[in-house]
Amino acid sequence: MTRRKIDSTLSPGFYYFSGNEAVAEGAIAAGCRYYAGYPITPSSETMERISIRFKDVDGVFIQMEDEIASICSVIGAVWAGAKAMTVTSGPGFSLMQEGIGYAALTETPLVIVDIQRAGPGTGQATRVASGDLMQAKWGSHGDYQTIALSPWSVQEMYDQTIDAFNLAEKYRVPVFLMGEEAIGHLRERMEVKPTVDIFDRAKKPGAPPFGTNQDDGIPPMPAFGEGERLLVTGSTHNEFGIRKTDDPEVHANLVTRINNKILKHRESIIKTEPYYLDDAEIIVVAYGFTARSSLFAVDRLRKEGKKVGLLRLKTIWPFADGIIHQIGRVAKKLFVPEMNRGQVRGEIMKYVACEVIPYNQTNGDIIHPHEIMKQVRSLL
Amino acid sequence: MGRDLEKYLRPEVKSTPFCPGCGHGILMNLILRAIDALELHMDEMLFVSGIGCAAWIPSPNFNADTLHTLHGRAVAFATGAKMFNPKLKTMVISGDGDLASIGGNHLIHAARRNIDLTVICANNMIYGMTGGQVASTSPVGAITSTTTEGNIYRPFDLCKLVLGAGAPYVARYSVTQPVSLIEAIKKSLTTEGFTFVEVLSTCPTQFGRRNRYDSPADMLTMLKESCISKQEAEQLTPEELQGKVITGEFSDGGA
Ligand SMILES: Cc1ncc(C[n+]2csc(CCOP(=O)(O)OP(=O)(O)O)c2C)c(N)n1
Ligand code: SF4
Ligand SMILES: [Mg+2]
Repeated sequence: MTRRKIDSTLSPGFYYFSGNEAVAEGAIAAGCRYYAGYPITPSSETMERISIRFKDVDGVFIQMEDEIASICSVIGAVWAGAKAMTVTSGPGFSLMQEGIGYAALTETPLVIVDIQRAGPGTGQATRVASGDLMQAKWGSHGDYQTIALSPWSVQEMYDQTIDAFNLAEKYRVPVFLMGEEAIGHLRERMEVKPTVDIFDRAKKPGAPPFGTNQDDGIPPMPAFGEGERLLVTGSTHNEFGIRKTDDPEVHANLVTRINNKILKHRESIIKTEPYYLDDAEIIVVAYGFTARSSLFAVDRLRKEGKKVGLLRLKTIWPFADGIIHQIGRVAKKLFVPEMNRGQVRGEIMKYVACEVIPYNQTNGDIIHPHEIMKQVRSLL
Repeated sequence: MGRDLEKYLRPEVKSTPFCPGCGHGILMNLILRAIDALELHMDEMLFVSGIGCAAWIPSPNFNADTLHTLHGRAVAFATGAKMFNPKLKTMVISGDGDLASIGGNHLIHAARRNIDLTVICANNMIYGMTGGQVASTSPVGAITSTTTEGNIYRPFDLCKLVLGAGAPYVARYSVTQPVSLIEAIKKSLTTEGFTFVEVLSTCPTQFGRRNRYDSPADMLTMLKESCISKQEAEQLTPEELQGKVITGEFSDGGA
């Protein structure tokens, strides 16, 4: 990582942005200079802002004919040397899945922001949900790993967009910022700092771009036009990109490596935030907007003397199995409020033996703090 | 393929991926002849292809940057690479199923935007790789593995489609017209903006065997007989034009 002065025309200081605008600014600060997208509520404000702001920083913006074209052109631009991004919501995220699998297998770093809305289907386009988390993990066919982040504020829409680019570059993997409508459209004060930490793409001329002897399992990544005569393919390939579509060993090694390069580093990728965990009997596990409501509720309950804590997940994938296992051993019960039918609760239950109580709300509204207080009180 | 063209091939590639008698091998040769005639350097070139037999023409054979993508999406990938780095001389080579069916929307939009790409569509009028199913370019009556009593839908006229979307250079030739085809590929590489060459190719394995072309040579003879020039076409009545394919330049890039 190198620390740099922000290379965008936005001066440091405080701004009153919406979450979707903050994503555009975070991307620019992180060095994103290619954006392709297709309009979809509740995410379009990012694309609109990028279309204007890229003029200041010499970025390439293109509104494509659909989300399939968007993700594919992003991958093309990344191999031409760009840091690149696309932003969408549920239906568009569904269309991108084949391209996401291609990016995973070709180890193409890129960022996809999904401003989640109430699904399935067209659902409620303007209403909030967090129903795409399993899609972020399993949406494309085959076995692969990705990284998915869950912001809870406008500040984090900005900061985690920068993190997403750095993680993508570091691990050569697609990274998802799993926003939610309520944060995309929330407007609040956020700070643009004068410097930003940037991870630059690792280069090593002549080295194989799809394999490495290094323990970290992450090969360096050249670009088109550098004279490397690259061979990029979404079919199974050896370390130089030569197709090996019926060699069992090459396939097994490739799939194992692209999974392990994320799983082996999960301790440094996973970020969580603990609140009042030390003596908590009931621990709320929450993420995204629901973690905001949960913190408000837990603060109140603590003032009433109740032994309640909160574990906030900033990373959804890879899953925070270690700390979840730990809190499962000390707490009496875990309480998991979600704007879906229990996608993260199911994951938690793989790692704990204690009771894990769900609260699932899929009505297009946020989960309000008073509802969390009511539910947690009933468990005490 | 002549040995003089071997310098354009990756040294580690030792054999052709195509069936004996496949028209795509002829096209591969003609593309390299055009590149050779223009003295283009492979370090400046980016070849993008989709999925299908035709998509194997550049990948892994051509010794240049190659991007072998998803079925139908080559033009979208190429758009991103070209837009970000305009110095890459970008050529898309893919099949009819790839570019015209699953990828048809990307094709017309890139033409409409006039992205500076050269697109070579190897049209063998069938899905070769997947076992000979009907394509949106199969002639009426064609026997395929999914139209065992003959295709009932009319084929796309791909050149008209791309022309309608505004491409500045559009041409169609068959692999049996090598001299014109090399010239067309050269022109498509030297004309700025979106250029499109439809190449009538042959698939003896999947198309030929079901439609009673008993050898690869029979398929080439069929192409030779059905391809006529624009000038010849003007002399024919609509009845006489039945079953003929008009070849030539349909938009000459303003040259
Ligand atoms: C999304 C998707 N659907 C289907 C396929 C299967 N598939 C592979 S190649 C192909 C057809 C290729 O036909 P064409 O582009 O005409 O090339 P040809 O083999 O005839 O040269 C199909 C349908 C695929 N790879 N991906
Ligand atoms: S199946 Fe047809 S198109 Fe494919 S290599 Fe064989 S002859 Fe050529
Ligand atoms: Mg075909």
